[in-house]
Amino acid sequence: MSKDIRIKKGLDLKLKGEAAHKVAQVTRSKVYAVKPSDFHGVTPKMVVKEGDNVKAGEVIFFSKSDEKVKFVAPVSGKIQEIKRGEKRVILEILIAADSQDVFVEHSKKNPNDLSTEEVKAHLLASGCWPFINQRPYDVIANSADTPKAIFISAYATAPLAADVEFVLENKLEAFQVGIDALAKLTSGKVHLSVKGKGKSIFKDVKGVSLHQVYGPHPAGNVGVQIAKISPINAGERVWTVTPQDVAIIGELFLTGKFNATRTVALVGSEVKDAQYYNVISGAAIADLVAGKIESDNVRVISGDVLTGAKVKMDGNLGFLSNTVTVIPEGNVYRMFGWMPFASPSVHSASRTGLSWLMPGKKYAPNTNLNGEERALVVTGEMEAVMPLDIFPMQLLKACLASDIDKMESLGIYEVAPEDFALIDYTNTSKLEAQQIIREALDLMIKEVG
Amino acid sequence: MKFLRDKIDQIKKPFEKGQKFEKFAPAINALDTFLYVPNHTTKHGAHIRDAVDLKRTMITVVLALIPALIFGIYNAGYQHFIQIEGSDMSFANLFFHGLWKVLPMIIVSYAVGLGIEFAFAIFRGHEVNEGYLVSGLLIPMVMPVDLPLWMLAISVAFAVVIGKEAFGGTGMNIFNPALLARAFAFFAYPTFMSGDKIWVSDATTIDGVSGETILGSLAQGKEVAYSTMDMFLGFIPGSIGETSVLAILIGAFILIATGVGSWKIMVSGVIGAALTAMMFNAVGLTALMNFDWINHLVVGGFAFGIVFMATDPVSAAQTDKGKIIYGLLIGFFSILIRVFNPAYPEGVMLAILLMNTLAPTIDYFVVNGNIAKRKKRLAKSKQLKSA
Repeated sequence: MSKDIRIKKGLDLKLKGEAAHKVAQVTRSKVYAVKPSDFHGVTPKMVVKEGDNVKAGEVIFFSKSDEKVKFVAPVSGKIQEIKRGEKRVILEILIAADSQDVFVEHSKKNPNDLSTEEVKAHLLASGCWPFINQRPYDVIANSADTPKAIFISAYATAPLAADVEFVLENKLEAFQVGIDALAKLTSGKVHLSVKGKGKSIFKDVKGVSLHQVYGPHPAGNVGVQIAKISPINAGERVWTVTPQDVAIIGELFLTGKFNATRTVALVGSEVKDAQYYNVISGAAIADLVAGKIESDNVRVISGDVLTGAKVKMDGNLGFLSNTVTVIPEGNVYRMFGWMPFASPSVHSASRTGLSWLMPGKKYAPNTNLNGEERALVVTGEMEAVMPLDIFPMQLLKACLASDIDKMESLGIYEVAPEDFALIDYTNTSKLEAQQIIREALDLMIKEVG
Repeated sequence: MKFLRDKIDQIKKPFEKGQKFEKFAPAINALDTFLYVPNHTTKHGAHIRDAVDLKRTMITVVLALIPALIFGIYNAGYQHFIQIEGSDMSFANLFFHGLWKVLPMIIVSYAVGLGIEFAFAIFRGHEVNEGYLVSGLLIPMVMPVDLPLWMLAISVAFAVVIGKEAFGGTGMNIFNPALLARAFAFFAYPTFMSGDKIWVSDATTIDGVSGETILGSLAQGKEVAYSTMDMFLGFIPGSIGETSVLAILIGAFILIATGVGSWKIMVSGVIGAALTAMMFNAVGLTALMNFDWINHLVVGGFAFGIVFMATDPVSAAQTDKGKIIYGLLIGFFSILIRVFNPAYPEGVMLAILLMNTLAPTIDYFVVNGNIAKRKKRLAKSKQLKSA
C-alpha cells in the first residue's frame, strides 16, 4: 500500500551549516524551562507552585480549555520560578534540575491490547497528548474527537532540518509501538510519509499506509501530504504527530516512562562543526551552543529558519524542537542592495539576482528583511512556492479582511502557518504571511470552532 | 563607507520618532533607502528573507524601458530633421535634439508624480511606494513629443491623484496609471494628441510637415509609405517610446528573463491580436481590415502596450489562467478598435483600460472554479458518510 506523492512547486533553500551525521552528549543543564507558548492556544492552569519538587513526567500544568490535556516536567527537580509577563500571562516555568532524573513510573503496556479509550487515557495522563496536533487550525488535538486519519511526515525538507531517518535509526522499535498506539485513536488510517529517493528505514513499519514523497520543500510538510492523500473538508478533523514524538509515545508504552530526550540538530552558518546532540526538551540554549558559535551578533532559532522561534542566548530549547539554527543577525546596512544583480551573497528565488544561475551554491543568509514592507504588487510569485490547491494571495487577502465565508471557501481549513513559510521568504512586498494565517486560524477557532 | 552612513544617520536625527520633523520621515526614508537597504531585521514569521523587494522589481522594469527610451529620443530627432532638406543627420545631432525635447518631459513627469506621492505618504504616514518609478518614465514615453509640458503635468497629476491615490495608493489602483494619464490627455487635449503635426517636434517651425502615423493614414484611406522593416525598427512617427519594436523586444526579454513581467500576458496578447487581425485580413473590406496582420503587430502602440502596460501586475488579472484570458482579450480588442473605430486608430490604450476593468471579473471566475471544486469535494464526503 504505497502511494507516491510528487510535488513540483516549492523551493529548496540550500544553506551553509548542515549537520554531520554524528551525535554527541550535552552537559546536563542546571535549569530547564517549559514554555506554554510552545503549545499554541493553550492557557495554562498551574498544578505546582514555586518551590515544589517534581519528578520527570510529573504534571506541572494543564490546559484551561480542556483539563484532561496535561503538561509534564521534562526533568526531575525543583520548580525554581514561574515567570509571568503582562496581565500575569505565564511565560515559562523554570525547573532547577536534579543531578539525576527520577521518573514518574507508569505501568508498561502493549497498545494492541488496549481499547481506544484506554490508549487515550494513558496518553493524556502521561503528558504525551500535547504531541498530537490537529488540522485544521494547527493546535493541540481535542481529546473528545475521533480524527478521520492520522498523518506522520518522516521526511523533513525544511532548510537544514534534522534528518528524521538518522535521528530515529536506533529507535525503530519505540516508533513502531508509537504507531500502534496512534492507530487506536482513529477510525481511518495512519499515513506515514517517507523520503522517495533512496531506501527508507521506515519501509518495514507495520500498520501504516506508506507514502513516498518526491520534490522540493514544502514536500515534507505534513499539510502538503494531507492535501495529496485526503484533503480536509469543512467539519473534518485529522491529527498529525512528528516522528520523534511518535518514538517518545512508543517509549512510554515500552518503559512506562515519559522520556523527553530527543536528538537535536544544531545547524546554521554560525555553528562550528554542525552536528546532532542528545538533549532533554527545555534545556538551556547556552549549554547546547557553548563554544560552538563563531560570532556574537547571531540569532538562535529553536526550529528551522522558516518556522522556528527566536530564543535568547540565556533562553531554553522549545518543548517540541528537533532543530536549533544559528544564523547571523542582519542589523546591517547594505549599500545599493536593492539593485538587480547586485549582492550575489544574498539569495533570491526570483531571477532579479544571480542565484538562479548557480543552483548548487550554498548561502549563509542573515535576518535582514532585505527591503521594507510594501503594498501587494507582484502576482504569481506566491503560487510558485505553494503546492496546495489554493489561491494563496486571495486567501491571505480574505484573512486580512477577516472575511470568514471567503476564508472558508478558499481553503483555510487545509492550511497551517508553516505552509506559508516560503511565501514569507519569497514575497516581494515582505508580507508576514505566516502571521496572517495564524491570526486567521485563531479567528476561525473563535468564530467557528 | 562608514562615514557616509554616519552622516546620513546624523541628518535623519530630527526625523526620528518624537522629534521635530517626525511627520516627514517617509520622505527622508525614501531617499535613504535608495542608498542603503535598511538594517531592519525579521520580527515575525520566517527568519530569513529573499533579496528581492519592490525597489528591485521596479528598477528592473525601468531597465527594461531604457532601450525603447534611447531609441525614442533618437527617433524624436530623426522625425524632426528628416522633414528639413539638407539637415545634419549625424547620430549626435539627432540624439541631442531628441534629448532636448524628451528630458524636460521626464523631469516634469517625475517631479509632479513623485511630489504628489511624497505628499500623500507624509499625509497618510506610510512609506513611499516605488510604483511611480515606472509610471513616471512610462508616461512621457506614451506621449507625442510636442505635448506642452503643462499638459503633461496635469495628466500626471490626474493619473496619480484620481487614478491611484484615490483608490488607496500603489497596489490598489484599478487602472494602469500611465495609460490613464495618456487617456486623460487624449480626451482633454485631442488636438495635441492626434493629427499629422504633433508627432514631429517643433512642427510649427517647419514648412509642409507630413508626419501622420501609419494607423492615422490608414483610417483616412491613405497609402502607407513605410515598410514592415521600418515599422519593426521604429523609424516612423509615433509616441516617444512606442515606435521601435526591436527596442521593445529587448525590454520584453529583460522582463521575461527576470520574471518581472508576465510572459503569459505578453504571449497571449500577441496571439489574440494576430488571430483577430488574420480574421479581418480574411474579410478584407477596408484598408484597415486589409492591413497585414504582421504589420498590425509591429505598428503603433501595440507592442509597447502589451509588453509594458498590460503586464502591470496591479491592474492585470492576478491568477495564472486569468492572465492568459486577459492577454487574449487585450489583443482582440486592440485590433477590433483599430479596425472599427477610425476616430481612435490607436486601439491598444483603450483595449487595456477596458480589460483593466474586467480583470477582477476574470479572476473572480477563475477563483470560483477552485471554490466550486472544494464545495464538490465536501458534498461528496458528506454523501459517503451518510451512505
